[in-house]
Amino acid sequence: MALKASEINESVRWQDLTEGLKIFEPGTSKQFCTGEWRTETPVWDQEKCKQCLLCVPYCPDSSIPVEDKKRKDFDLDHCKGCGICVKACPFKAISMREGQ
Amino acid sequence: MSENRLYTEPVAGIPDRMSGNEAVANAIRQINPDVMPAFPITPSTEIPQFVATMISNGVIDTEFIPVESEHSSMSAAMGASAAGARTLTATSSCGLAYMWEMLYVAASDRLPIVMAVVNRALTGPININADHSDSMGARDSGWIQIYAENNQEVYDNFIQAYPIAEHKDVMLPVMICQDGFITSHAVENITLLPDEPVKAFAGEFEPEHYLLKKDETMAVGPYAVSKYCMEAKKAQAEAMKRAKDVILEVGKQFGEMSGRSYGFFEGYELEDAEYVCVAIGSACGTIKEAIRALRARGIKAGLLKVRVFRPFPAEEIAIALQNAKVIAIMDRCEGYSAQGGPLAADVMAALYRAKNQAEAFNVLYGLSGRDVQVEDIESLYAQMQQIAEGAAYETYQYMGLRE
Amino acid sequence: MEQTFNFKEIQNREDRLAPGHRMCAGCGGTIATRNVLKALHPGDKAVIGNATGCLEVSTFMYPYTAYEDSYIHTAFANAGATLAGAETAYRALKKKGKIDDTYKFITFGGDGGTYDIGLQSLSGAMERGHDMVYVCYDNGAYMNTGIQRSSATPTYADTTTTPAGKVSNGKPQTRKDLAQIMAAHHIPYVGQTTFIGNMKDLYTKAEKAIYTPGAAFLNVLAPCPRGWRYETGDLVEICKSAVETCYWPLFEVIDGKWILSYKPKNKLPLEDFLKRQGRFKHLFKPGNEHLIEAFQAEVDKRWEELLFLCQE
Repeated sequence: MALKASEINESVRWQDLTEGLKIFEPGTSKQFCTGEWRTETPVWDQEKCKQCLLCVPYCPDSSIPVEDKKRKDFDLDHCKGCGICVKACPFKAISMREGQ
Repeated sequence: MSENRLYTEPVAGIPDRMSGNEAVANAIRQINPDVMPAFPITPSTEIPQFVATMISNGVIDTEFIPVESEHSSMSAAMGASAAGARTLTATSSCGLAYMWEMLYVAASDRLPIVMAVVNRALTGPININADHSDSMGARDSGWIQIYAENNQEVYDNFIQAYPIAEHKDVMLPVMICQDGFITSHAVENITLLPDEPVKAFAGEFEPEHYLLKKDETMAVGPYAVSKYCMEAKKAQAEAMKRAKDVILEVGKQFGEMSGRSYGFFEGYELEDAEYVCVAIGSACGTIKEAIRALRARGIKAGLLKVRVFRPFPAEEIAIALQNAKVIAIMDRCEGYSAQGGPLAADVMAALYRAKNQAEAFNVLYGLSGRDVQVEDIESLYAQMQQIAEGAAYETYQYMGLRE
Repeated sequence: MEQTFNFKEIQNREDRLAPGHRMCAGCGGTIATRNVLKALHPGDKAVIGNATGCLEVSTFMYPYTAYEDSYIHTAFANAGATLAGAETAYRALKKKGKIDDTYKFITFGGDGGTYDIGLQSLSGAMERGHDMVYVCYDNGAYMNTGIQRSSATPTYADTTTTPAGKVSNGKPQTRKDLAQIMAAHHIPYVGQTTFIGNMKDLYTKAEKAIYTPGAAFLNVLAPCPRGWRYETGDLVEICKSAVETCYWPLFEVIDGKWILSYKPKNKLPLEDFLKRQGRFKHLFKPGNEHLIEAFQAEVDKRWEELLFLCQE
């Protein structure tokens, strides 16, 4: 009983699911890799990037990590490759390439 | 209801007089739950009115939410219960029907909400009087259902509701049902318990997990794929099975406190009875009256009054009926199945599994408040005697119908 | 608010909507949810509610919740009532000394759950004045069930229940103005926004909605690439165009006072918004010019009404 989300999978017995299918941990979706959905992948050009962070709020997948008010490289485990960040960037510092 | 009855602690052991709705309001006063969303509907309207009045006068500090519909009252009850509050609501008839969608969710989310159901016919035609079509329609929603014959029982049942619902082996919502007007509005003798033992009996709601728990988040109500849903339903079904032991234990403990013990059902002159009515609710008082007259004439008439309909105590009922020759299962609710009502369906199945060979048939009675007279019941027992002697009978019949 | 807006500080905050949810690539509803939640002050606790819809089935798919805060979904039509219940429980438990933390209550619904099936529950929660925010991510159709029209769908949009065909030009009716209906509840805060520039408009409105005591409503235009039929990357331009054409004006209503948040210097013709989306493609066929004219007239009329309300 009382398994962690990371221990719950489709072969777990009924006795071991959480009561009422409630989850008692935050943000467990991070364990699920949506990066596999990508058909195109964003490429970050650090040279061109001015660290304005305008790309960050436009990411639907919270996949542009920010630390100390500076963006880091894409979280490709979760980025779905929508390309909104390319258009949000005023400095053409992001481009898309084919594939994963 | 006089203000006195609502606001003041009853004197231990001294009989009082009040309606069923007042009895529920008194239990609520003594328990002082955290949150009550409700929307008025006859004949349960008085319950939220009494609660609002008690709040307005500082008698209890429950938060009342005057929602705009019953769908919202059950939804708000779910939000409140999930957040960690002891929660109740009250409704009847179409109000219960309007909650239907949410009843299933409340049970599957394992939220121990208590609902005072004042049974009334479902529309149509629109009618405000007692029958069981509202709660019977919700019999498969995953709620525990406990029914009362009279005001005393509805008060006693309400006090037992939270200890059952919130028990860690159960965590299911509970309906405390009584018959509209017949018990909800009729004033009867009742003995209330003093406040302190009731408060102690109800205890505090201390859920293991809740939305507002310090240092823990909780997410409620996921989308679940088939790989999880069936297992979740099995877990919920097992909780309903475990509720049987908890209901008996709570009924026993209540007896130790009050002198009035409760089980799944009450047998009245049942042990040696050859002719048995199985029924739910206020009509059982009328049936008992008929039985007293019949027994005086030497007729072995008896009653099995079902108190707990969900979980359904099938094996226990079958054992209690093992000596009966003829059984009339009485439904105050049409099932429109072309073969009878819901109580009959479950009792017949219980008899079959127990290989009981008694003659059993279903009697539809009291729909939409149709009066039930002692003479009607005596005629029914007379029919049972004829059946025992070989008379043919319909397995699905109406009582008190013009035809 | 003006003085305190610090874009980089907001971006530096921990995300409260975690990645790994199953919303479509490029989903506007997710951008709305994520950024509204970023307006919560760091360290403040929240309970998040949700109506059934794309967001719900994608962000809490057992056992994966995308929320860093407590979260409750119960059904489609009742996001207002459900969170109202949680908020009431919070007051009850606080009063009884059973909890001491401070919580904010924010619930999300699509336009189906908000404009339509959940309108009664929303109205009740707002009218009763619960200290909560209802956020509508308005993508203008029932996207979760496959792009059926809603009362938020714009005129002439091609949806699966108002298909443009030989004798039909898409949705015949005009769009319901929900922000105005919410304003008519005389709640302390109503805001309408979308994703523009550095999203200052969205953040400041979300912050006001969350931190204004009492009931607040926020309407966020949230493009849906699948339903509106555009390339996912075009979201930025589409939102800008919605605002510059005055199809989606930015405004707020604070204690009954209407305030225009942005007035385009050169109001663009509605075509600029329509031409970017496949759902309006049929309007650009020769002979359909009058349809765009009629739609333009409706947008103009509503814009003038708004200017009047805002005393502009």
